[in-house]
Amino acid sequence: MELMIAAAVIMVKVILITVILFIVPVPLTWLERKIAGHIQQRMGPMRVGWHGLLQPVADGLKLLTKEDNIPDQSDRVLFKIAPFVALVPPFMVFVAVPFGDDVSIFGYETPLYLSDMNVGLLYILAVAGLEIYGVIFGGWASNSKYALLGSLRTCAQLISYEIPMGFAVIGVVMLSQSMNLSDIVDAQEPLWFIVYQPLGFFVFFIAGLAEAQRIPFDLAEAEGDLGAGYHTEYSGMRFSFFMISEYLVMLTISVLCVLLFFGGWHGVLIPLPAPIWFALKVGFFIYLFMWFRFTFPRYRYDQLMSIGWKVLVPLSILNILITGIFVY
Amino acid sequence: MTDISLLSKGEAGQKLTKELLLNLGPQHPSTHGVLRIMLELDGEEIRGVDTIIGYLHRGTEKLAENFTYTQIIPLTDRLDYLCAPSNNLAYVLAVERLLGIKAPERAQYIRVMMAEMARISGHLLISGALPMDLGAMTTLLYVMREREMIMDLMEMITGARMHTSFCRVGGVREDLPDGFEPRCREFCHVMKQRIDDYERLIAENRIFLKRTRDIGKISGEQAIDWGLSGPCLRASGVNWDMRRDNPYEIYDRLSFEVIVRENGDCYDRWKCRMDEMRESVKLIEQCLDQMPPGPVAVAMPDIAFPLNKITVKSSMEAMIHHFDVSAYGFPVPKGEAYVSIEAPKGELGFYIISDGSPKPLRMKVRAPSFINLQALAVLARGCYLADVIAIIGSLDPVIAEVDK
Repeated sequence: MELMIAAAVIMVKVILITVILFIVPVPLTWLERKIAGHIQQRMGPMRVGWHGLLQPVADGLKLLTKEDNIPDQSDRVLFKIAPFVALVPPFMVFVAVPFGDDVSIFGYETPLYLSDMNVGLLYILAVAGLEIYGVIFGGWASNSKYALLGSLRTCAQLISYEIPMGFAVIGVVMLSQSMNLSDIVDAQEPLWFIVYQPLGFFVFFIAGLAEAQRIPFDLAEAEGDLGAGYHTEYSGMRFSFFMISEYLVMLTISVLCVLLFFGGWHGVLIPLPAPIWFALKVGFFIYLFMWFRFTFPRYRYDQLMSIGWKVLVPLSILNILITGIFVY
Repeated sequence: MTDISLLSKGEAGQKLTKELLLNLGPQHPSTHGVLRIMLELDGEEIRGVDTIIGYLHRGTEKLAENFTYTQIIPLTDRLDYLCAPSNNLAYVLAVERLLGIKAPERAQYIRVMMAEMARISGHLLISGALPMDLGAMTTLLYVMREREMIMDLMEMITGARMHTSFCRVGGVREDLPDGFEPRCREFCHVMKQRIDDYERLIAENRIFLKRTRDIGKISGEQAIDWGLSGPCLRASGVNWDMRRDNPYEIYDRLSFEVIVRENGDCYDRWKCRMDEMRESVKLIEQCLDQMPPGPVAVAMPDIAFPLNKITVKSSMEAMIHHFDVSAYGFPVPKGEAYVSIEAPKGELGFYIISDGSPKPLRMKVRAPSFINLQALAVLARGCYLADVIAIIGSLDPVIAEVDK
């Protein structure tokens, strides 16, 4: 019986997380367009539903009914699976993400995460890196020069920025003496790690921007020069999978920022339920991402590379050094 | 131009690395129209550039040979469609030189004022479009807001927003409408603050500077050799402005500063336009201050349309003239004339040969965009792919004018 309940709870969690993750990009697209609108002194979507709330639904319907176009000379198998390869890793990341303390539902005590891995942080960084395969496949299989250039850029970018990102979190791991995300959050109960790790956060956030391929690092889909980058040739639902995956990566980075540096679900001053605090903080970071997008131009490919290797990597190593001196 | 070959030279069986030939355009978001560029890429670096134009060719010059002098005016609107009044002005000045007439003072002020409004409108668009091509989309939507004000003013004067066709040989179509001046002054007032806004938004942005500083550099001598004009020339340190150095209309009565910058890179070309807008606002205000009352077209019924349309219905003489001018145009004395003005994009010239009939024998347009665009091949070589976009944006070609 115990086993049955445990299995049922895990099933419910799996379904819940999957559904939530599939739904989250929907309001995010609306939010992004609305924020863009208000930053740019216009209204954003207004026609479908109240203040355009149903716009994502209309967009979804449009994408569903669009022709699924596969270029003639493309590598059909790779072309078809690439969006899925890009879509799955962001979902897998959330296996290890805790959303709050233990809660009791109908008298059953359960923690607010799917799996409490002792190397959760390592797992997240590793799995998030897998998304790159979707990008490579998509860009290569399209048999288009624009897509190829886009995917080449993306690969180089993701690989170079994973290094400072990984180094930046080492500081956090040293402070909390754990790679378990709930332990890291618990270690921040007295004081958020942003206080100890401003440099680490800075590096992590910049690298995160690059990982999520947002302006000023959105070279992959630099519509100015490459049309749409690696998903130039995609249409319909396959295209939307790439979009969903991009939004989920943005969400992942925001979640990680909150978990590692901003005390996770621990609130300040106002006592609110843990998941709400968590959502508020994540929402703030997502807003930050969108705010950046409509403020900054984008870097050039070589400038991006030199920032990654010549600025962020040394800074993150310096951060490890400083943290090391203070911890021991 | 570089010759581009897909096949690399090398012996059979040898593994070769060869340049990637990338076709940029004609359908591309940041070529500002239907410009097509063949790029020879080595990784992201540009080895060769071949600019291919002609996708928007409408045969303006050939068409003009079959139109009367008045009918050509709307054709000139469609050259640089962002700044139609400037094109109209250059064209009617050339015809007026052939005819040996001059428009009344009030008409000249109106023309100059509208040309300066057109300059602001054209510069606004490109100073928003360049950052947008580099990823900063917001700037474009900000400048659109002020451009809309200019469009409204244009609509108030002419009834049209873009293709104004307001100049006529010997004057302008009609007088300014009531209530125009306060609205125009309000615009000038707003515009001055908004230019500061744009500069605060983007001009000091480190990423923007990194993307435009020292990119697409051209020296003053080279710029002259390539025939660059307008802001593209002045950004390279050449102090040359037709409005000051070869004044036409009433520019010699207005005081303004010619903006010259030193570096000749994308940033300087962009900044040059920003500063020129400030000067243009001053010019508009001076025009409004100095504008004398009086007629807005020459009193030559065989050339100019009657300003008072009622007379056409009451006076036999006026009706005959009106019919004559509308149906057959007016003959222009035999000869040739070249007039060039400082259009927003550079030196816009019209060369007209008349054989004494009401239609030109030949009309040649010196389109500044066309000539400025030639420099792309020099500027882009050795740059990165993303720089080409910045260079196109800073050269500010309007493809309608390039292709004519």
